[in-house]
Amino acid sequence: MEEPAVLERFDVDRIRQDFPILTRTVNNRPLVYLDNGATTQKPRQVIDAIVEYYTQYNSNVHRGVHHLSQLATDAFEVTRRKLKPFINSAHEHEVILTKGTTESINLVASCYGKAFVHAGDEIIISAMEHHSNIVPWQLCCEERGATLKVIPINEAGELDMEAYRSMLNERTKMVAITYVSNALGTVNPVKDIIGLAHAVGAPVLLDAAQAIQHLSIDVQALDVDFLVFSGHKMYGPTGIGVLYGKEKWLDAMPPYQGGGEMIKEVTFEKTTYNELPFKYEAGTPNIEAGICLAYAIDYINSVGLDQIARHEHDLLEYATGHLLEVPHIRLIGTAREKSSVLSFLLDGAHPYDVGVILDKLGIAVRTGHHCTQPLMDHYGIPGTVRASIAMYNTKADIDALVTGVERAAAMLL
Amino acid sequence: MNEQQRCCYKFFSRKSIALRLKSVVSNLIKVSINEIQNELIEDFSFFEDWMAKYEYIIQLGKDLPLIDEQYKRDEYLIKGCQSKVWLHAEHRDGKVIFTADSDAIITKGLVALMVSVLSNHAPQEIVESELYFIDQIGLQEHLSPTRANGLLSMVKQMKLYAAALNAHV
Repeated sequence: MEEPAVLERFDVDRIRQDFPILTRTVNNRPLVYLDNGATTQKPRQVIDAIVEYYTQYNSNVHRGVHHLSQLATDAFEVTRRKLKPFINSAHEHEVILTKGTTESINLVASCYGKAFVHAGDEIIISAMEHHSNIVPWQLCCEERGATLKVIPINEAGELDMEAYRSMLNERTKMVAITYVSNALGTVNPVKDIIGLAHAVGAPVLLDAAQAIQHLSIDVQALDVDFLVFSGHKMYGPTGIGVLYGKEKWLDAMPPYQGGGEMIKEVTFEKTTYNELPFKYEAGTPNIEAGICLAYAIDYINSVGLDQIARHEHDLLEYATGHLLEVPHIRLIGTAREKSSVLSFLLDGAHPYDVGVILDKLGIAVRTGHHCTQPLMDHYGIPGTVRASIAMYNTKADIDALVTGVERAAAMLL
Repeated sequence: MNEQQRCCYKFFSRKSIALRLKSVVSNLIKVSINEIQNELIEDFSFFEDWMAKYEYIIQLGKDLPLIDEQYKRDEYLIKGCQSKVWLHAEHRDGKVIFTADSDAIITKGLVALMVSVLSNHAPQEIVESELYFIDQIGLQEHLSPTRANGLLSMVKQMKLYAAALNAHV
């Protein structure tokens, strides 16, 4: 794989040409894709790589001595090699490949829980977490006899840092927080969160599912203990995700699942486990997705995360300004630090109804509770309409959204 | 249905109060589930675009207070992931009378359509009915499980009520 050169100038029209799906129509209208928080579209480079894998070197990884297996294994490990600098981990073996963010969190909650969480201990999450960063910790607390603590948020959708400080103590065994809220777009002050947790000896898991495609992340600079994210939200294939963990934790935790690949030696009396990262990668992985994630990383690098962030920030500001001009609109999530997500309601209309009309206009948004029911309960709403932005979105997409919302208001209110 | 009845029946079509009146009329002239479905398919064929169709559905949703407030409780709730649907059934003079409601207006309009088709018929006719009108008026996407609007569950629940009553009778 050649390393692509970074684009000198951010050119959204050129970027759009790399995403074949963006030229299609939906309900006889040009597709306006604003559901990137759910999943992003894939560039031709990733799609071609998938075809190339199946037509040229489909084979199982990490076992065969034959040529194709060697090619597949090498390509699979290229992804790990590229992930290391992408998040700036100290070691390649600190990058575990999983099915996705949800599996990564479940792995940590289960394995870290078994080794380090005991009766009377406390685990801290926040009121804006995705169900994937709530339920695994509830299970962990139930199993270990620990207590789950929840950092409250203010009306704008920002964490109450004073409350967080007061929750931390020597019983705190884990702080699991989202980097960017999937429902509100809030960017949390993760550096402060990590520093405060470390001061009481607690590790931090960052859910970066909505951050990795928008912001540069340096796990060593953050000093974060675990970082999790999904391939399909960063222009890569579905079914592959990442768990970064500091070596000291990954070494100290027991394995997650037993099976092939994660073992060194098996006898009926005793099995010894493979070394990192394979200790946590039991069974045949999603090889295609694992290999092709590397092409998504290359694609992001070729555009440049800083340029992507700037473009998306401009669009977010543009969209916020124009949406606020629509009568009866109410933004949910107005934090000072926001990224890529616009959650809103038309007062008097159910979000589902707004979503149905936008769909008729060819505009893809997400409606509902966004797997954050406790957060929706906090605001006393059934859900929101969420438009989420990616690097290929344009001001024309936002204009279409605003016109669509106006149309929905005219029909529904 | 004779010509006069058909004329009277069609007179109420495409009016905002059409469905409620239709159910009264259908009660008087005993139209079958399939006759009502066919009428709806004909009604909807007059809409030229999706907007007219949805405006009509929204109007149905806005105009029809479908359920007695006392039944808008959790025990009558069919939970969709996104919109809620409440359904109440009672057995009167050998027929099942459905009333229903939703918190989303488009869902409520579609609920009104379902009730107009299935309510006021003998349990056995409901159990044996096949709902083809939704497909034919181009609203099948609303019955897809991914929509999670509670409609699909509502239709299942209506048939379950009817089946239970049928067995009881």
